[in-house]
Amino acid sequence: MNFPKHLMYSKTHEWVEKINETTARVGLTQYAQDELGDLVFVNLPAVGDAVTEGHSFGDVESVKAVSDIFSPVTGKVAAVNEELLDAPQKINEDPYGAWMVEVKDITAFGELLDDICYAAYCEAAQDA
Amino acid sequence: MEKKTPLYEQHVALGGRMVPFAGYLLPVQYPTGVIAEHMAVRQHAGLFDVSHMGEALLEGPDAEKNLNEILSNNFTGMPLGSARYTLMLYENGGVVDDLIVYRTGQQKFFLVLNAANTQKDLEWLQLHLKGNAALQDISAQVAQIALQGPDAAKLLATLAEQSLLPVKYYAFTENVKVAGAVCMVSRTGYTGEAGYELYLAPKDAPAVWDALVAAGATPCGLGARDTLRLEAAMPLYGHELSATIDPLSAGLGFAVKLDKPEFIGKGALLAIGQPAEVRVGLKVTGRGIVREEEDVLIGEEKIGKTTSGTHCPAVGAACAMAYVASQHSAVGTAVEVLVRGRRVEAEIVPLPFYKKSR
Repeated sequence: MNFPKHLMYSKTHEWVEKINETTARVGLTQYAQDELGDLVFVNLPAVGDAVTEGHSFGDVESVKAVSDIFSPVTGKVAAVNEELLDAPQKINEDPYGAWMVEVKDITAFGELLDDICYAAYCEAAQDA
Repeated sequence: MEKKTPLYEQHVALGGRMVPFAGYLLPVQYPTGVIAEHMAVRQHAGLFDVSHMGEALLEGPDAEKNLNEILSNNFTGMPLGSARYTLMLYENGGVVDDLIVYRTGQQKFFLVLNAANTQKDLEWLQLHLKGNAALQDISAQVAQIALQGPDAAKLLATLAEQSLLPVKYYAFTENVKVAGAVCMVSRTGYTGEAGYELYLAPKDAPAVWDALVAAGATPCGLGARDTLRLEAAMPLYGHELSATIDPLSAGLGFAVKLDKPEFIGKGALLAIGQPAEVRVGLKVTGRGIVREEEDVLIGEEKIGKTTSGTHCPAVGAACAMAYVASQHSAVGTAVEVLVRGRRVEAEIVPLPFYKKSR
């Protein structure tokens, strides 16, 4: 499993890339896409929507099931990766390249783990 | 505690993601993934462990008579070496199970039952057997492997004597050696592709599975099994069929012979007449995936409910099956489906969603 060092990770398997103190990009980790399987549909918020740390801001659908995506930050959606709407499989193919939303005006970050702690967290989850 | 099929170790060795299903541990997918496995069946040949299915033997001078009286299809004059799809009904016309009956002898029939319904089916059959006929549960002595896809025949011919393989759909041959193991081979399947189902001794299953994989078949899990059967519009008990759904509403009249003198459920079906609700196919024209148990609407009016749905890889769209009021069931009807509070546009299309090209 690959967990890039420059990213932070939530316990609900989203990654966060801090662009500056109040802006970040968010996506799903390799662990998440592996657990979900082939993704066939993505529901993303609109530009301008408010997102709240710990709350669902969209969902992804695999062949078998729907899963909520939880926002790791509180802020406003500045950009949405439209490419994913037609090609959700990019999340499987390149989870760290396939950013889902860019959030600005961030006022809070949720509990985030570094790559080492997240890797350990995933290992523990696998064994459970 | 789930049971393991004879092929459990094969699945684990291939990286199968094991899940509990109908009391067994089976792979939902392998590292290939559901979509690639699905397309392997549509384009080449896929392999399925279906050993969880139930099997029974019905033997005796009154075996045929019992089948005619307990099941919906007609078994009089059924040739040796042929199989027939049938429903087993309750008195009220609802479905106990859908099953396949193989005639292996003048007075001998081999029944294949849905895994989840095996116990229920055996009890129902036993309860209704009359005269000189004996029912035997042989599920534990039968393993089953399905090989499906346009290349299935070519592939199987590398491991078995081609002249012995069944050719016609729903024909079968017993005592065929496949990779050295004795099998009953039938031209049946649950994918909408040409292919075979092999019935064999559990101890022989691992070697035959390995030989088929080595010959080029792609192992496929339950995920692909479901997307394939849905594209082919094949019903799944618990979804399109149940104790409260009759086979005529389900569009399975071909397996119901109302001109038979008597069978359990006949009276109820005659009383139903034209079904009030019928099974239709929905193709999503809007954005979203439609799944089971979702309301189908025309404007503010609820006209029905979905029974199964998913993304269909070979169709390239999300498709679903639903029961809707007959008066709204015409192909081309525009509907909406309520998907987690959101209306998703769909259209009634002919079934099956996918038809094989070669």
